[in-house]
Formats: sequence, structure tokens, C-alpha cells
Amino acid sequence: MISSFKEALDSGKFIVTCEVAPPKGMNLEQTAHHIDLLKDKVDAMNLTDHQSSVMRFPSIGGALMVKEMGGEPILQMTCRDRNRLALQADLLFAASRGVNNVLCLTGDSVMLGDHKTAKGVFDLDSSQLVAAVRTLEKGRDLGGNDLDGSPAFCAGAIVTPEAHPLEPQLIKFEKKIEAGAEFIQTQAVYDIEKLKDFMEYSRQFQIKILAGIILLTSAPMARFMNKNIAGVNVPQPLIDEISQAPKGGAIAKGIEIAGRMIKQIHSENICDGVHIMAIGKEELVPEIMAAAELPPTAS
Amino acid sequence: MIRSITKQKTEEEIFRLLEGQDRIFIIGCGTCVTLTHTGGAPEVEAMKETLLESGKLVTGQIVVPVACDNLTSEILQEELGRIEQADALLIMTCAYGVQTVSGQLKRMVVPALDTLFIGKESASGQFNEVCTQCGTCVIGETGGICPVTTCHKGLINGPCGGTNQGKCEIDSNKDCAWTLIYNRLSELGQLASMRKLQGPRNFLGEPTPGKYEMSKS
Repeated sequence: MISSFKEALDSGKFIVTCEVAPPKGMNLEQTAHHIDLLKDKVDAMNLTDHQSSVMRFPSIGGALMVKEMGGEPILQMTCRDRNRLALQADLLFAASRGVNNVLCLTGDSVMLGDHKTAKGVFDLDSSQLVAAVRTLEKGRDLGGNDLDGSPAFCAGAIVTPEAHPLEPQLIKFEKKIEAGAEFIQTQAVYDIEKLKDFMEYSRQFQIKILAGIILLTSAPMARFMNKNIAGVNVPQPLIDEISQAPKGGAIAKGIEIAGRMIKQIHSENICDGVHIMAIGKEELVPEIMAAAELPPTAS
Repeated sequence: MIRSITKQKTEEEIFRLLEGQDRIFIIGCGTCVTLTHTGGAPEVEAMKETLLESGKLVTGQIVVPVACDNLTSEILQEELGRIEQADALLIMTCAYGVQTVSGQLKRMVVPALDTLFIGKESASGQFNEVCTQCGTCVIGETGGICPVTTCHKGLINGPCGGTNQGKCEIDSNKDCAWTLIYNRLSELGQLASMRKLQGPRNFLGEPTPGKYEMSKS
């Protein structure tokens, strides 16, 4: 089997993945703490790749830490910082070290991050990166040359089910599937009815869908996401619910909301799993899973 | 009509480039930079005043009709006396003009402008780039809207996840190229061409530096 994550996807069980952000700098303590806390509770952990175009410790470094600590990494790779040579080389390196799950992303503009004057690369896009993974697996590179030893991956991509307009995103989603994506981790969803609509459409494809869950930590944070994060729409009743939480209880309410949504997605079998993004509060993932009444992944 | 779109450098940068060079000859251009008000007669005059105020000596000034034209050489010959009195030429044209002049006169040239792109005036005082001369034109499949230019990331397979309500992630006033393309192809009943998975772009179409020789045959 390519990876334990692939095995979990194929088993038909309800999948739980989460995010771990490598640090800004060399202090790996908190990252190690999060990995240690979560490695036996989730099916895999995504290592973000200079998230929001903020320069950090590399995602491959985080993925190797997860491997070394006995967890299952999903290597996030964006097309923002590397051309096709560097992306292919890093895929070969990842596979050589047992990092065999990859999430292919286009990447945010460098203008959103902390190196605004840098050059954004975008030699490939997310769908072309998925295709590149599949090409390497066939023993060839994007230049058409034979490889001496080829990698194997479980490759995924993302989609935004609440984007507006939606159809251009769905066209891109279908291209990612055509390119060979096996799983999708969605942008955060808060409207279960819209998620159901998306799942009804996506069931025609052979692909596993993990619904994105971002932990709400306060009403201002929810409003900030509505204003600034593409395709994220926290409905007003949820904002009201969190703003009515007792003083100091907003995070507990956020955990309750996330848990409730995951529980519904799980119990109604709406999609194949969830991808929990706790954004800096990774230590709360076990509490979210407990609120959702999910058992920790049997390892 | 397409124009070279320019923006004046900061005075701070211009004076840094002119450091130690006290006698200046100023050259403007009657074409693109006149339209963009960055290097026409009024701007050249204003620059002269600025230089004089800072204690520089202006040996002369001229606004040539088309700085990038090879005829510029002949026009400048008539000013040679005043040009030769100068330590440096401050050139208020696009980089095509600056480099045309620098190849013709043995004088240090200092660009007063930054050249932004080759673009069109879409509304009064508003200029847009519609083509980056990539050499592998894709607009036959995108309803005549160039994603290589109009999409901030130059994506050719559809929008990224940063597009929001039809706008770009870098600027909520900038239309998302792929929403424009989607709308146009929908209107034309040609969405099928957006569904085609495009392979990686061929950057050989865009040689660096650009060079092309017309075949003699």
C-alpha cells in the first residue's frame, strides 16, 4: 500500500485529517507537540506550505518530522514558489523518505504574505501539478525523460463548495479529477445544505471528499473570514450563537459548533470524512473530535 | 492604440541617480509619455524647475516626437552642443526611448520614469495591460480574454481558490480573469473549451531576451 492514509481512504471508514503549520523559524517545539498530540488520533496531518504566503519552515521538513514521530503526513505543495523542475525534484525527495501523500495547490499570491516583493512562480497550476505526480509515477518526468526509479503517491487537491460563482470552480475541480486526484479536502463549509448539494453533484466522480472544518474562535474571527477569505460564508445564526456565548466561552462554543457539524456529516454519511483546520489551535482538535463523538483513529 | 505605460520615479531616486552629476540635459517624448503625462512638454518643464531648485544646472531640454524611433538620433544631433555640455541625460521616456538614446550618444543616461507595461487606455487616465507577448497565444480558447495577462497568476486551467464574488484575491476591485472568461464562454455557448485540461505552458514562446528575425524567403 502506498500509505496508511490511502489505506484508510480505501477502507471506506470516516476519515479525519487535520492541519499542522510548521513554525516561523527554527523552534520546532510547538510543531512537535502538536504532532505528538495528534498523530494517533487522526488519519493524517497536512503540513502547510508557507500558508498565506508567509515564509516558514518548509512543509517537507514538517512532513519528515511527522514521519519520524510515527504519524502520517500529507505534504501540501503549492505552485507559488517552485517551477516544474523544483516541484518534481521535491516530489521525488518526499517519496524517497516515505512521504507519499501530497495535496496539490496553486497557492496564494505572494502579495498576501510577508514577502510582497517576491516573484510568484506559478509555472504549473494545481491541476497540472496533480498530472505531474501521475506522470512521475509512470516513470517519466514532465520533459518526457525516463526516470531511474519512480515514486508512488496518493494525490489530492482542494475545492471551494461555497464559491460564488460556483461553476468555474467545479470546472477546475473536474480537471483535477481528470488529472488524477484521488481525494479532495474542501475549503471550510458552514452550510451543510450547500455541502449536501455539492456532494450530490460530486458523487458522479470516483473521488473521496473530506469536508473542510475551520474552528470558529470568536464572532469577529467569523466576520473577518466572511469578509476576507474566498468562498467562506459563516451564516449569521452561527455568528449569533458564538457571540452569545458567555464571556470567555467563545472557543468552547466554536468547538461545540465544529463538533456538531462533524457529527452531522458523519452520522448522515454526507461525505467521506472531514479535514479540521484549527489554525493555530491544533491542540483543540482532540476536543473537537470528542464533541463530534468520533473515536480516535485506531492505529 | 497601444502605448508604453510609465510612471515617474520618486524624486529621491532621481536625485540619487543624478548624484555627482550637476549639468543635466532633459529629454522628453511626444508620444506615449505625453499621453500619460509623464514625459511631455509640461512634465519636462516641471522637471527642469525641480532640478534648478535643487541647484543643478540644466544645459537644455527637448521633447522629441518619437523617442524610440531611429530618427531621434538626427534630431538630437541638432542639440549636440548643449548635450555635450551635460554630465548626464535625464530621460523622461519609456525604457525603449532611454535605450534608443543611450545607444546613440556617449553620455550617461538616467531614466526618470519606470516602464510598467505596454497597455491600452481603457478609461480616461486608466491604463490596462491586455497582452504580455507570451508568444503562445491561448485566447482562441478563452473567448478572446487573455488569462496569461489578466489572471494575476497567469493560470490557464481556470480560477484559483482565491477568487471571490468574481474578483481577484489581490484586489477586490480587480475582476477575476477566469470569471470574465467563464461569463464570456457561457454567453457564447462555448464552455466546453474551458473544460479542456491544458498542459504546462511553453515558455520557449517567450524568449528572454525576446528576439525574432523575419524569414527572408
